[in-house]
Amino acid sequence: MNKLNLLKPDLNNLNTYLYAGSFLIFISLLDVFLNSFFAINVTSYLPQTISFILPLFLGFIGLHLVRIEFTGIKNLDLLNKNINTTNFNAILTLIIIFVIIKSIPPILSWFIIDANITGDTKEACTGSGACWTYIKIWLRRFVYGMYPNAEQWRINLSFISLLALGSVGYFATEKFKKYLTLYYVVIYPFIAFLFIFFFISGGPVFFEFSYGIIAFAVSIIVGFFVPKKLKVWYFLLVPIILYISLKYFLFYEESIDLGKLNGFNWVETGAWGGLSLTFIVSFFCLIFCFPVGMFLALGRRSALPTIRYISIGFIEFWRGVPLITVLFMSSVMFPMFLPEDFFMDKLVRVIIAISLFEAAYVAEVIRGGLQALPRGQYDAAKSLGMGYWKMHILVILPQALKLVIPGIANTFLALVKDTPLIFVVGLLELVGMLNLAKTNPDWLGFAMEGYVFAAIIFWIICYAMSKYSYNLEIKYKTER
Amino acid sequence: MNFKLKNIGPQLITIAIVVLVFGFFTFNAQMNMENRGIEFGYGFLSQESSFDVQFSLIEYDGSHSYARAYLVGLLNTLLVAFIGIIISTILGVIIGIARLSPNYLIERSAAFYVEFFRNIPLLLQIFFWYFAALRALPLPQDADVMFGVSFLTIKGLFVPRFVWENLDIFFYSIIAAAISIVIIRNYARKLQENEGKQLPIFSISAGLLIILPLLTFLFGGVSLNFELPVLKQISTTSFIYEGGLGIPPELIALTLALALYTATFIAECVRAGIQGISKGQKEAAASIGLTPRQVLKLVIMPQALRIIIPPTTNQYLNLTKNSSLAAAIAYPDLVLVFAGTALMQTGRAIEIVSITMFTYLSISLSISMLMNWYNKSIAIKEK
Repeated sequence: MNKLNLLKPDLNNLNTYLYAGSFLIFISLLDVFLNSFFAINVTSYLPQTISFILPLFLGFIGLHLVRIEFTGIKNLDLLNKNINTTNFNAILTLIIIFVIIKSIPPILSWFIIDANITGDTKEACTGSGACWTYIKIWLRRFVYGMYPNAEQWRINLSFISLLALGSVGYFATEKFKKYLTLYYVVIYPFIAFLFIFFFISGGPVFFEFSYGIIAFAVSIIVGFFVPKKLKVWYFLLVPIILYISLKYFLFYEESIDLGKLNGFNWVETGAWGGLSLTFIVSFFCLIFCFPVGMFLALGRRSALPTIRYISIGFIEFWRGVPLITVLFMSSVMFPMFLPEDFFMDKLVRVIIAISLFEAAYVAEVIRGGLQALPRGQYDAAKSLGMGYWKMHILVILPQALKLVIPGIANTFLALVKDTPLIFVVGLLELVGMLNLAKTNPDWLGFAMEGYVFAAIIFWIICYAMSKYSYNLEIKYKTER
Repeated sequence: MNFKLKNIGPQLITIAIVVLVFGFFTFNAQMNMENRGIEFGYGFLSQESSFDVQFSLIEYDGSHSYARAYLVGLLNTLLVAFIGIIISTILGVIIGIARLSPNYLIERSAAFYVEFFRNIPLLLQIFFWYFAALRALPLPQDADVMFGVSFLTIKGLFVPRFVWENLDIFFYSIIAAAISIVIIRNYARKLQENEGKQLPIFSISAGLLIILPLLTFLFGGVSLNFELPVLKQISTTSFIYEGGLGIPPELIALTLALALYTATFIAECVRAGIQGISKGQKEAAASIGLTPRQVLKLVIMPQALRIIIPPTTNQYLNLTKNSSLAAAIAYPDLVLVFAGTALMQTGRAIEIVSITMFTYLSISLSISMLMNWYNKSIAIKEK
C-alpha cells in the first residue's frame, strides 16, 4: 500500500482515488437530483449556505481525486481531458451540470406535465403550466391572420404549389440544369407573384387557364416545324401572341365583362397576417433584394465615377438607418412622394422598403466576394475578349457568389428576423398577431405561451436556414 | 473617341434616371403639400410640443419645444445603446472565450446560448422580456428587498440614488488618475524596451484608480450619500416608490434583449478573432520563454483585436440601430418620441422622418469613419 497523498492523486493508488472520487461525485449529483426532482433536501439540518454549497464542494473534491493522467481507463481519460482539466474547469463543469439538473423539472412541468391542451376556453387551463389550449384555439389566426376561414385553402394550395415548383431544381436532369438560373431568377418569381396576386389576394384574373392551355398546346405542336435557329424567339413570343389573340380577338365577347372572370373573393392585404405573411414578405424581399444588391455591388466596383458614387451613397444610406425608420418612411413619407391619385398597397410598399434595405447589405456582402477574387481572373477574362457583362456573368460572379454564401445566408436570416417589424405599418405577421391575441379580453394572461410558441417556430426556421447554408457552403466549396 | 462615348453613355443615363426619379418625387411632394396646405420648413421645431414623455434624462415637459423633445429622444436612444454596448461586450467576450474552452460542457453551453438567442427575432425577444417575463414580477407593495436596498417590481427597478457633494473634485481625481496611468504605462514600456525590466502595470493602474478617488473622500470634501427608495401609499390599493432611482421596465426589457441578442454576434466575432491567430504564433511565443499570460497579452490579443474590432463595431452600430425597436414597447426613444408622437401631432412627415433618418445616419457614418481611421492605424505596416 503506497502512501496516500490526497492533495496529489497519482497512479499508484488509482483504485482508491477512483472509488473515493466517484463516490463523492455520485453523492453530490444525487443530492442535487433529489433536491431538484423530488424537492427533498437531504442536508436540511445544516445551515442554509452550507447546505447549498455542499454538493459543489463534494463534487469538486471528487473531481479532484479522479484527475489522474494516463490511467488507461478510456472513459476516465476522456472525462479528464474534456471536462476535468483544471480545478477551475471542474467547478464550471459542476455548476453547469447542476444548473441543467435544476432546470429540467420546472421546464418539463411548464411545458408538458402541468400544461393543458384540452378544452376550448380559458377555463380549461387549470394547471400551473402552459396553456396550450390558447395556441390551439388561436392557431388559425397565428398562421393565416385575419384571412377568412373558408378561404384559407387558397393560401395552403399556393404555398404547396410554390414549394413544389421551387423544388424543381432538385429533380432537374443534367440537360435542364443550365436553365435553372433563368428559371429561378425570372420565371419562378413571376409565377410566385401570379399565385400571390391572383390566388391569395383574389385579384382580377386577366389570365385564363383554358386559353393559356390552348395557346401552349398549339404553339408546341407548331413548334416542331420551326427551324432550330428561331426556336428560342418562337417559344418566347408565339404563345403570348396566341394567348392575347385568343382572348381578345377570337372570344372578345366573353372577356368583355372582366368582373365575371373574378374567380375568387377579394381579400385585401390588411387581412393577411400570421405566419403566412411572414413567409410572403420574406420570400419576396429575398427574391428582390438579391438582384438589386448584385447590381449595387457591381456599381460600387465600377470604374465609372458617377455610377460608383451613386451606388456608394445608396448603400451607405440604407445601411446607416434602422429598418424601423425605413418602414416609417414607407408608410408616412412615401405617399407624399407619389401622385395624388396613385395608390400603392401597404404590403407592396413594405416589400419594396425591406428589399431596398436588405439589398444594401447584400451588396456589401457580394462586394466582399468580388474583392476577394484575384485580379488574374479579371485579366484572364478580358484577355479572352470578353466584355464587361460577359466577364461578370460567366467568370466573376459565379466565383464571387460561391465565396459569399455564408454572408448572404446571414443577410437572409437577418431579413427573416426583421419581418416582425412590419407591425409599424399595421401589418400583423406572427408576432403582431400574438400581440393582438394577447389583448383579447377572453384570453388575457397568456403572453408567455404565445411568445414561446413564436420563438420555437422562428428558431426552427432560422436554424434550418443556417444549417442549409452551411451545407451549401460545403457543397460549392472548390479548391482554388 | 469611341472609348470615351462608351464610358460617358452609361454615366449620363444613370444621372438622368436619378435626376428624373428625384425630380418626380420632389414635384409630387410639392403638389401634395400645396394641396394639403402644408408648408415645408423646420420652423415647427421651436413650437411648444405639449406632450409629455415618461422617462427623460433632461428636464422636459409639455411646455418645452419640439427640438427639446428630439433631444430627449436622442438621449434616451444613446442611453440604451450605451448600456447595451457595455453589457453585450462583457457577455460577448466571456461567451466567445467560453466557445474556445477545452471543457466540452462549457463549449457546448456557450454554443447553445449563441444558437438560441441568435435565431430568434429581436423584436420577439423584446416582447418576451417586456410582456411576459417582467410582467411576472411582483407589485410594488409585495416586492422583496434585493441586496437590502433595491426593489425589482412590475413598475421597474428601484435602486438607491447617489447624492454627491463636490462631485467635480471627484471627477478631477479620476482624470488625474487616468493621466498618471498613461504616463506610467509609457514609462514602463520604455523601461522594458531599454532595460528589459517589467513593472506590474496592472496593479499600479488599479491602485491609482482606486486610491486617488478615495483620497478625495478623506481630504477633498467629497461625500457620497444614498437616497433609498421608500414605499409610499397613494391610495388604498396603489403604491409607489419615492426617492431613489427608478429604472422603467421598458428600459430594462430593451437593454436586456438588445444585450443578450448582440452578445451572440460579438461572441462569434471574438471567437473568429482568436481562432484567426495561427497556432504557430502561440508556439513561437512560448518557445522564446513567455508565460501563458504574456503570450495572451503580448502576442495573441494584439493580433486578435485587429480581427475582432471591425466586426464588433459593426455590431455596436447594429445595436444602436436596433434600439429603435423601443417604439414597440413604448420606451421613449428617438423614434417613438419624435417620429411617433411629434409626427402625429404636427403631421410633418417629410421633415420629421428625414431628421430621424439623418440622425441615425450621422451616428453610423461618424462611427464607421472613426473605425476606418482606427483600422488604418492598427493595420500591419508592411515594409
